[in-house]
Amino acid sequence: MLLEVRAVSKRFGGIRAIEDITFSLKQGLILSIIGPNGAGKTTLFNCLTGFMKLTRGNIIFSGTHISSLTADRINRLGISRTFQNIRLFKGMSVIENVMVAQHAKIRSGLMPIIAHTPAFLNEEASVRQTAYEYLEFLGLESFAEQNAGNLPYGAQRRLEIARALASEPQLILLDEPSAGMNPLETDEMMATIRKMREMGKTIILIEHDMKFVMGISDRIIVLDHGVKIAEGSPQEVKNNPLVIEAYLGKETH
Amino acid sequence: MSSSIVKTLLRSGSISLWAALLFLPFKGLHAAGILFILLFLSLLVIRPAARLSGPFFRTAEVVRINIERLMPRDSRYLLLLILPALAIPLFFRNYILDVAVLTGIYIILALALNVVVGFTGLLNLGFVAYYAIGAYSFALLNTRLGMGFWSALPLSLVITTAAGFIFAAPAIRLKGDYLALVTLGFGEIVRITLNNWDSFTRGPNGLSGIDEPFFFGISLATLSSFYYLVLFFVVLAVIVIRRVHASKIGRAWIALREDEIAASAMGIRITQYKLYSVSFGAFWAGLAGCLFAAKMRFISPESFTFMESVLILCMVILGGLGSIAGVIVGAVILVVLPEALRDIQMYRMLALGAGIVLLMIFRPQGLFGGNNASRS
Repeated sequence: MLLEVRAVSKRFGGIRAIEDITFSLKQGLILSIIGPNGAGKTTLFNCLTGFMKLTRGNIIFSGTHISSLTADRINRLGISRTFQNIRLFKGMSVIENVMVAQHAKIRSGLMPIIAHTPAFLNEEASVRQTAYEYLEFLGLESFAEQNAGNLPYGAQRRLEIARALASEPQLILLDEPSAGMNPLETDEMMATIRKMREMGKTIILIEHDMKFVMGISDRIIVLDHGVKIAEGSPQEVKNNPLVIEAYLGKETH
Repeated sequence: MSSSIVKTLLRSGSISLWAALLFLPFKGLHAAGILFILLFLSLLVIRPAARLSGPFFRTAEVVRINIERLMPRDSRYLLLLILPALAIPLFFRNYILDVAVLTGIYIILALALNVVVGFTGLLNLGFVAYYAIGAYSFALLNTRLGMGFWSALPLSLVITTAAGFIFAAPAIRLKGDYLALVTLGFGEIVRITLNNWDSFTRGPNGLSGIDEPFFFGISLATLSSFYYLVLFFVVLAVIVIRRVHASKIGRAWIALREDEIAASAMGIRITQYKLYSVSFGAFWAGLAGCLFAAKMRFISPESFTFMESVLILCMVILGGLGSIAGVIVGAVILVVLPEALRDIQMYRMLALGAGIVLLMIFRPQGLFGGNNASRS
């Protein structure tokens, strides 16, 4: 198992944001987390990536307990994420955004940087080259030298994914990758995520677009009021009465 | 319609009142009154006239110049800028050379603060502390232990960098306004300590008798040779800071400025890189302090007041946060302009202040700041 989440709970004061969530995920799969607004999906993401400390429970990522680690540590161990409300480095160019993500890989220290040693220059050139390749993968290469803050909305979402990929994670968490996109862009996004799986990435995504979720997921977890109410293949989840109830309300005669 | 007339009246009235009050202490009630009436009338006419004349005036209203675009693309051309700087001692008398040396020292200081405020986005209102520590450690090593320029310099740089690290370590987790207040406090603590620790720093009397720098046995005491020494360090600072800026370290700093949460999600250690930034800035501020002490041969706490911190911050903001070229221009303007305006004596600070206000209204990102430097 690449990721094991064991009985994770997060409380804010007396409010239970998520309660007793347990699941595990194999390498190379796409897992979707769905649920009504306020179900605790983003809280779960924040717990997985170290932005929130768990109240209880354990998260084990490829054999390492990560629940007490800081966000930057978790990223360097191989989990990367995007944000629901896009968080780009707006004042930097598009390619620099992707170069920042390769931060942890770069070996050159202060002295080679100041002396501009050949090793440093080579490394910097290869970082730029790699960043460019990730931009091409997301179809952003024509924007490379533009200011990230000036990109159109859909391109900003894709740049966030390019940036997350560039830190070379094994597991990548996408928080509403198709939010605010038109149908064409949504289809492209689905194709991109499939290609990411072919690259060997494991993917967890939060998504509200059911066509998107059903079309792409290997497994689905349904949260409601912080509790996991269902887990299974898209077919199983679609027919689960608890899920239908959570989304549509209880049937009354 | 009538509400827009009231609005125009109020706006013109308040702007002219503000200008007139500013003018009042210098020329008396009569002149201020005339200024008020003239400004009020012209503002009343200008606004509607501009509105009526349509898009032509609206675009011409604020001149937008992208100075970065006018600069040569290839940075090697910038070396040409050193040539006139090299020639200054050949053509000018001591007074101008003196101003030039001071300018150089302030350029290094402003470049240093730019690393902290401009690149990393950590507002620092007590930056003069590192300048003071650099100057005092150099002076003490020189006068108490008899160390020469080239041995006292690196040692005081180590001391200043360490001080930068130690001061920042407890405060760095604070954000924005809180951090600014703590840095302000540190600046004052350093100055007051220097002022009161009589047995060590000789308090308000200051330290005198600092030796002039030597270079392989040649005295660098003359103004022109000292000028070349400062020029060397300015060029060194520009090169090193440019290179660090265009590396993983610089990118991490800017990423922290833009979005701390996203930066940590990309594997950047927030605290470590903030400390890195402050220590790196302190290093260069310490260098400026050493040069200042070696030039003046006498230092006292009076040179390291809060107003110095504000002045350095003004240089950085005037030139454009985060822009190396801009910061240099900002430092040059704020050292040279007050000197050049000495003839009009009491108006010079007024003119300077009004200039900065106008700049902030029409070009809030500073002279050289790109659009990316101004943060929302």
